[in-house]
Amino acid sequence: MLNPQLNDDGELKHLLSIEGLPKRILNQILDTAESFAGVAEREVKKVPLLRGKTVCNLFFENSTRTRTTFEIAAKRLSADVITLNVSTSSQSKGETILDTIDNLTAMHADMFVVRHAQSGAAHMIAKHVAPHISVINAGDGSHAHPTQGLLDVFTIRKYKPEMHNLRVAIVGDVLHSRVARSEIHALTTLGVPEVRVIAPKTLLPQDVEKLGVHVYHDMNEGLKDVDVVMMLRLQNERMAGAMLPSAQEYFKIYGLTSEKLALAKPDAIVMHPGPMNRGVEIDSAVADGTQSVILPQVTYGIAVRMAVMSILAGN
Amino acid sequence: MNLPNAEILFETLAERIKPLIKANTAIVGIHSGGAWLAERLLPLLGHDLEHGILDVSFYRDDFNERGLHRETKPSQIPFDVQDKHILLIDDVFYTGRTIRAAMNELFDYGRPASITLAVLVNRGGRELPIAPQISAFNTELDDSQNLQLLRHENGTFYFTLEENT
Repeated sequence: MLNPQLNDDGELKHLLSIEGLPKRILNQILDTAESFAGVAEREVKKVPLLRGKTVCNLFFENSTRTRTTFEIAAKRLSADVITLNVSTSSQSKGETILDTIDNLTAMHADMFVVRHAQSGAAHMIAKHVAPHISVINAGDGSHAHPTQGLLDVFTIRKYKPEMHNLRVAIVGDVLHSRVARSEIHALTTLGVPEVRVIAPKTLLPQDVEKLGVHVYHDMNEGLKDVDVVMMLRLQNERMAGAMLPSAQEYFKIYGLTSEKLALAKPDAIVMHPGPMNRGVEIDSAVADGTQSVILPQVTYGIAVRMAVMSILAGN
Repeated sequence: MNLPNAEILFETLAERIKPLIKANTAIVGIHSGGAWLAERLLPLLGHDLEHGILDVSFYRDDFNERGLHRETKPSQIPFDVQDKHILLIDDVFYTGRTIRAAMNELFDYGRPASITLAVLVNRGGRELPIAPQISAFNTELDDSQNLQLLRHENGTFYFTLEENT
């Protein structure tokens, strides 16, 4: 099947989802991000790669971290950046997404970074745009969030370089999480031998095992001897009806506390894509503790997004 | 043409560079050939010299035609560039475009007191008003020819000359 993310030479043209991307391309992105990580340490935190290019951040759904880091990444590449919170602009006047895209294309945009509450929105835009334009999915519904998945594996590789030797647990609301899906695809593609998901049955998608993960419903079993604990945010805004008893009840069973973390390997790292619900999925003592790499994740997110944008713009 | 002996040229280069080392000098090799040269020059010039590596991929002027180089390496400049005398090392000097990119990148780390360019071979074909102050060997090659410095496993250098098709 034709992969809409790759051009005729098999190189990355759009980044829509990690699913279907070969290991070669994931490694190219991670290695390039390694080079960009140093740029932030310099007196001038900028390289001239995307000088004269225009990057449009289209956020049809709210975001702070992702929008800001994409904006910083584009600016550190010397691109001109326009960030549109579309939920508050022309869409409310009735314009369709593709009309918005066409109008921005008429203003000579070169790249679109798209977040949308509907799964598949970025795919639709990628199919629609002119051949010189690249599209990056910054999160679509509960489908995919590829740059988050990439920055997560980049962070893991930084702290635990022996990827082929790791046991990773993803904990929480897998059902509604585009982050979890992207993480699972990235980890399995890069050869992490054991990926676990830990969640109540109501927060797991059907057939989740088909993604190549081991399923646990009990934290005490699932966290045993893992190297990496990736917490997920409880996505209350995407839940219809009563999937959970209460936040307090959830914290008691699935919240990450120091006691539960002690079951993992002593040097295990703790990750969270943000925004955190403290006291719901993660205890403050863990979030701010020595094993937490939650803030480094944010920093690495900039280098990873710089890598993705510069590879796309060059292909 | 007979390929020059890279090891002999390396010794010549080291001899010509030695008198230039003064307080406040730092040595920077351009990835990859220049970085190899800098690595072997270091013990000859004094181990305490500050040193670094530049990979100019993010500063190249052909990004729009050729895209990002597939294998970028992080630039490592672990010292303060401000007011340093920078000795910039590359293997083969050709169009001058790599050196332009390297100078642009260096200035994003700070304002050096001076930059001196030293290369193993100046092969002619300059396209910019940039030239090496020091070269161990000068020659004129055709645009169709590609002179490359390579390294044996034991760290010694040799040249290859290929015809671009």
